[in-house]
Amino acid sequence: MARTPTATGNAARSAGRRPPRVRRREARRSGSVALTALTGLVLVYTLLPLAWLLINATKTQQGLFDSFGLAFAEDFALVDNIADVLTQDDGIFLRWLLNTLLYVCVGAGGATLLAALAGYGLAKFAFPGRRAIFAVVIGAVAVPGTALAVPTFLMFSRLGLTNTPWAIIIPSLVSPFGLYLMWTFAAAAVPDELIESARVDGAGEFRTFFTVSAPLLAPGTITVLLFNVVATWNNYFLPLIMLKNPDWYPLTIGLKTWSQQAGTAGGEAIFHLVITGSLLTIVPLIAAFLLLQRYWQSGLSTGGVKE
Amino acid sequence: MASPRTTRRTTTSGIRRSRVGWQFTGPFLAVFALVFLAPIAYSLYLSVFRTQLVGGTRFVGLDNYTRALTDPQFWSALGRVTLFLAVQVPIMLFLALLVALAIDSGRLYGASFFRISVFLPYAVPAVVAALMWGFMYGTRFGLVGNLNKALGLSVPDPLSPDLILASIGNIVTWEFVGYNMLILYSALRVVNPALYEAAAIDGAGQLRIITAIKLPALRGPLLIATIFSIIGSFHLFTEPSILHTLAPNSITTYFTPNFYAYSLSFAGQQFNYAATVAIVMGVITMAVAYLVQLRAMRKAD
Repeated sequence: MARTPTATGNAARSAGRRPPRVRRREARRSGSVALTALTGLVLVYTLLPLAWLLINATKTQQGLFDSFGLAFAEDFALVDNIADVLTQDDGIFLRWLLNTLLYVCVGAGGATLLAALAGYGLAKFAFPGRRAIFAVVIGAVAVPGTALAVPTFLMFSRLGLTNTPWAIIIPSLVSPFGLYLMWTFAAAAVPDELIESARVDGAGEFRTFFTVSAPLLAPGTITVLLFNVVATWNNYFLPLIMLKNPDWYPLTIGLKTWSQQAGTAGGEAIFHLVITGSLLTIVPLIAAFLLLQRYWQSGLSTGGVKE
Repeated sequence: MASPRTTRRTTTSGIRRSRVGWQFTGPFLAVFALVFLAPIAYSLYLSVFRTQLVGGTRFVGLDNYTRALTDPQFWSALGRVTLFLAVQVPIMLFLALLVALAIDSGRLYGASFFRISVFLPYAVPAVVAALMWGFMYGTRFGLVGNLNKALGLSVPDPLSPDLILASIGNIVTWEFVGYNMLILYSALRVVNPALYEAAAIDGAGQLRIITAIKLPALRGPLLIATIFSIIGSFHLFTEPSILHTLAPNSITTYFTPNFYAYSLSFAGQQFNYAATVAIVMGVITMAVAYLVQLRAMRKAD
């Protein structure tokens, strides 16, 4: 990402003194206040709920009812709330967090490895059946994941896998979209000549993949990994039907049961825990996106959506 | 580098014709068969049986399908998601397109901040998004309640039966506008800058560049985004399921087809009929996606 759009205003003003090769596209234009303000409306729309969550995670349950939603309450209870979230029901939230991490590491990590291997295989080897695989996998994308849930549940229940982590991990291992992305990415990012020269040097196909091709596939792989991590971290339907035992819940189902608690007979409403728990649930993913943005964005524009 | 010994090149294009490809693709396909193909097959099998309290499970042919196609609750659910996608998908994609074009125009102050911030909601689980918006919609300690109290307004309750679909539409738009923006923006980034220069030399203005270069470049990605959004709308589940807790009177057990299939199997134990509903929805989804694609292709000619 060589482009630094924030500097476009300056670039335009000093265009005469700069070498014309630098920021050719931007040099002709200047930043527009009107356009920035207009687009800013969308920005407010996307950030406002997150701000609301952040602000209200600092309030006690009473503070939630007494104060304005977008202002801080008098008592700043963020630390207390976090402590409450972590200790509620004998620290079950931490258990849910660890479960989610397990599902993400094994499920999303495995899905990325499988997609990278398969995408590379499809892009770089002309083997019989290749076209059929494409048709079947792309066709299956249109089949609702949730439509598969009922038969998958019944199958897994016969295999004795429901109520175990396998019920979440195994279905998470397949990402048709990841396969598609890795396929187009591998075709564009790994030159055939390089693979050929590794072969000439006597490297086996898998050694070639891990030592020569994998580094070139890194931006695409990180992109696919991030999308798989989001899908697994955010998964709701699958654990909802597969798991009965709260000890195996991921964060999403855990939060849902907490929010339901207010509606059940005799249940104590714990809105402040739901809100602070929600905040704790999204922080790791947002951090991952921000820290890795340079990698996944280049992966997305190099291979992913090119026609 | 490579020693000059001769190698046996198997193709002229450099792609090796070899069964090694199966070894790379095999593991993916094995799991794929287990979690995609087997459930589809099992689903088809389930859909031609019926389990009754008296008489057990028996083969009923296409009876479940007949029942689904004449089931008013199923049609009500299907009609609701159709209305939903007809309104929500265009709004969301139009917003995403505007933001992508604005960021790509190079005329935005803080464009990279815009790009990452608008994308952030995608990282928020649908469960959290629905909970968060659900609370904000609330009249007790939500923003709607705040506004009504502070300004003496009477903003209608977004969780009421009349408005709940629009409220869900807002949540889904919020979740995915940034994701779609990024798909479109990435496509704009791979447009050859020489095209813009050529257009500028020919005296084309911004609007002309957008209509003549950028929009055609976005046709493919827009089609993909449309199809994925349509599929997403037909599969709507998480948001209604979460809001069901907050607004039980506004969301019926057959609010969306998926919610209906879920209620049938896990509240009603009607697994065979639920499988049938899921298959019918799968077929409808594929048909609509295919038609959209066909229409887009025809327009391109």
